[in-house]
Amino acid sequence: MNTSLPRAVHPAAWWGWAIGMAVAVSMTTNPLLLLLALAVVALVVAARRGSSPWARAFRLYLWLGLAIIIIRVVLHVLVGLKFGEIVLVRLPEVTLPSWAAGIQLGGTVYLEGLLAAALQGLRLAVMIACIGAANALANPKRLLRTMPSALHEIGSAVVVLVSVAPQLAESVQRVRRARQLRGDARRGLRSVPAIALPVLEDTLERSLLLASAMDSRGYGRAGAVSRGHRLLTGTATLGGLLACAVGIYGVLDATTPALMGTPMLLGGLALSAVGLWLGGRHVPRSTYRPDPWLTAEWLTIACGVVAAAVFVVTSRVSPSSLSMPLTPLAVPALPIPAVLGLLVGALPAYLTPEPPRPAPRVPRRGSAQLVGSRG
Amino acid sequence: MDEHAISLSRVSVTLPGATRPVLRDVDLTIEEGELALVVGLTGSGKSTLLGAICGRVPHFTGGTLAGHVRLHGRDTRDHRPRDLADLVGVVGQDPLAGFVTDTVEEELAYGMEQLGLPAATMRKRVEETLDLLGIAELRDAALRELSGGQQQRVAIGSVLTAHPRVIVLDEPTSALDPTGAEEVLATITRLVHDLAVTVVVAEHRVERVLHYADTVVHVSPDGSVRSGTPAELMVTSDIASPVVELGRYAGWSPLPLSVRDARRAAVTLRSRLTSTLATPSPDRPTGHSRDVALAARDVVVRHPGDVLAVAKVSLDLFAGEVTALMGRNGCGKSSLLWAVQGSGELTSGTVQASTTAPAAMVDPRTLDAAARRALVGLVPQSAADLLYLDTVGAECDQADRESHAAPGTCARLLARFAPGIPATRHPRDLSEGQKLALVLAVQLTADPPVLLLDEPTRGLDPSAKAVLSGALRDLAARGRAVVVATHDVEFVAECADRVVVMAAGQVVADGPTADVVVSSPAFAPQVSKVTGPGPWLTVAHVRAALDGGMP
Repeated sequence: MNTSLPRAVHPAAWWGWAIGMAVAVSMTTNPLLLLLALAVVALVVAARRGSSPWARAFRLYLWLGLAIIIIRVVLHVLVGLKFGEIVLVRLPEVTLPSWAAGIQLGGTVYLEGLLAAALQGLRLAVMIACIGAANALANPKRLLRTMPSALHEIGSAVVVLVSVAPQLAESVQRVRRARQLRGDARRGLRSVPAIALPVLEDTLERSLLLASAMDSRGYGRAGAVSRGHRLLTGTATLGGLLACAVGIYGVLDATTPALMGTPMLLGGLALSAVGLWLGGRHVPRSTYRPDPWLTAEWLTIACGVVAAAVFVVTSRVSPSSLSMPLTPLAVPALPIPAVLGLLVGALPAYLTPEPPRPAPRVPRRGSAQLVGSRG
Repeated sequence: MDEHAISLSRVSVTLPGATRPVLRDVDLTIEEGELALVVGLTGSGKSTLLGAICGRVPHFTGGTLAGHVRLHGRDTRDHRPRDLADLVGVVGQDPLAGFVTDTVEEELAYGMEQLGLPAATMRKRVEETLDLLGIAELRDAALRELSGGQQQRVAIGSVLTAHPRVIVLDEPTSALDPTGAEEVLATITRLVHDLAVTVVVAEHRVERVLHYADTVVHVSPDGSVRSGTPAELMVTSDIASPVVELGRYAGWSPLPLSVRDARRAAVTLRSRLTSTLATPSPDRPTGHSRDVALAARDVVVRHPGDVLAVAKVSLDLFAGEVTALMGRNGCGKSSLLWAVQGSGELTSGTVQASTTAPAAMVDPRTLDAAARRALVGLVPQSAADLLYLDTVGAECDQADRESHAAPGTCARLLARFAPGIPATRHPRDLSEGQKLALVLAVQLTADPPVLLLDEPTRGLDPSAKAVLSGALRDLAARGRAVVVATHDVEFVAECADRVVVMAAGQVVADGPTADVVVSSPAFAPQVSKVTGPGPWLTVAHVRAALDGGMP
């Protein structure tokens, strides 16, 4: 269907698509639609994820989703407000004092209430799966690289932070092993000073080395910026942020004048953008092999937007078709437009180019191939 | 104004908190396209000199710098290291510590991104550099998965892409095995010859670089700096390669710098040596007793991720013998030592260590950590991991307590290995050699019959190495079994009775040092290459053979 060469799709496109899917999912408790959305997300992930470690993390998000459903159901049974007619189990109910009215400890569990809780859990689980899909499909480091150049130093710091965490775990392990050589087999809290001190010193030393290496390689190199320009950049950024804050307040508080709401917010955002652009203009920095934004990216975003838009429209036109009929309990409807919207969301699995496959690498250490132990 | 690549005029550096300058009144010029080798004992200000050249001193380290350091006319006074990034590239000891990104290609591009080079230029330079360093097939590889030599080559590549005119390398091969070191050194000489880059490199093991160098810069412990041609400077330098020492002993002039030069000058020396062969060979008498101190049988160590680190190794360690364990990085040396000590992983196989009880052998794995330590001591690769208290004295007292030794045992041992360390000093402030001496003292307080050392020679200067070698010989003379895992062939020639070579988790050679080492060009010490095929491995051996002294 598509003949383009393998390449990584722009991470922002995947995030746009995933947010669109999540918005669509957030509007429904219809189990048929929720399961269809989950299938769509899983399909796209299976078809277009790369080979990086985070690409394999999608499964973790699914487990997290399952845990959320279970917790939601257990909470419903324990403290939820039970309703419905079809009795499942009769549990003893604890009567709470009047100030805790509304919280029902235990009590009879009805099928309707249980289903409602499970479906709310499912909705959240599918939304989390959407976010997980974005994480699996889009390399977070590449996403950081697309930040405006005025913010790139923060991006670098985050990247370093991400790579420091496994190093820290490694040195904890090393020091713990070394402690045994001094005949120290203390465990638990008492071993903390003996392990923490060498690890912290190690980490500090490593950070200093890294900082000096980055410095020598030109990190934080700034072009000559005039005083006036700096002042302008600062004013625009700060003013923009202030306007945003006031704007958000205005949007949320209905009593404020209309001008303080949306117009203020938009103005603030624009001003912030100008500030970032001004700040970035004098950063002499470029990006190696920037991810291109081509048709596939537009299509990916469009698919997400279509899915979200269809659900928004459906929720206005026939809201009942998006929810699970509980009183009385019935088979959920299958609104055709919503189904088509979700199927459009599945299109990126076919419309985008395939991710690049890295060449297989031989393990560096050990002699696995020599003794033939590779199963 | 001046077109010297590097010029230092009347430079003195005083580091923060120090009372006397590390470098004083340094006048030094290095011309474009030169390979300058910086030598000096540990703590002599070698690193400070390199830091001053790339601007890290004093911009990053603090302290005061008097005088002027200019790189192609740019004064480090007015330019921070980041402003010099297009002119000077810096490569450190541990390549992994300086990596910012996580794949080879991105790392190569990082410096160029900071300089704001156009995307097309970056693309081209990354490809050129990948080819220049011979790492094109590694372009997508994760940096942490590469071998040490590959990592160091990527680190060199990552500064090369910015097309600097000066490259400063601070002991680039100290963490590498001989093969990895050769790869890196070949790369460095290629840069000098093909690209006319000025290279300043500090290196403890001068024998590796000396014959490539155009200039030698010698930093004395008092902070003065002399520079000159290698042959000139090596006559008096306190750091010299074995070939140079042999040349000094034999009175050759000019001094030979490479094995080739020495071999050509050594015709008469060889014939004199061969004539002594009728007398008993200078081989060290092996331990008086051949008591097995530790017996390992069919040791297999498997690490997570299906890595077989040690594949069925059987090894006997004898009392009174120093055994050198050699082999390339990642061949299973460390895993074997840890498994034998009993604290590390052991997938299958048995280890039996002899105890003081007559004819009793015990598996160290079955003992608790303290008892195990009294039986088999291990000094790990990052020795400083064992230290966690805030003074040297406190560490010594703790060592006495944990090994139930008489108070002062550890301090006495320390005074023997490294005299004059104040007990109030913080362990982190010690030099590499002093740190190793402290850890060695801590581990020997328990007086184990078997002592294992993992890469103890890393970062040691020749004098510290001589002290270590003496200490290990002394232990062997007192009937202890010692194992040293190391890459340093000259150190092995000095101190080991027996050499075990490992490859891919298996033992490929095991025998007396002279036999194993002489038969392999990769492991032969320089003196052996010059005087071969005889059994002389060090200058001391040659001296003993000719003058009749003890080696």
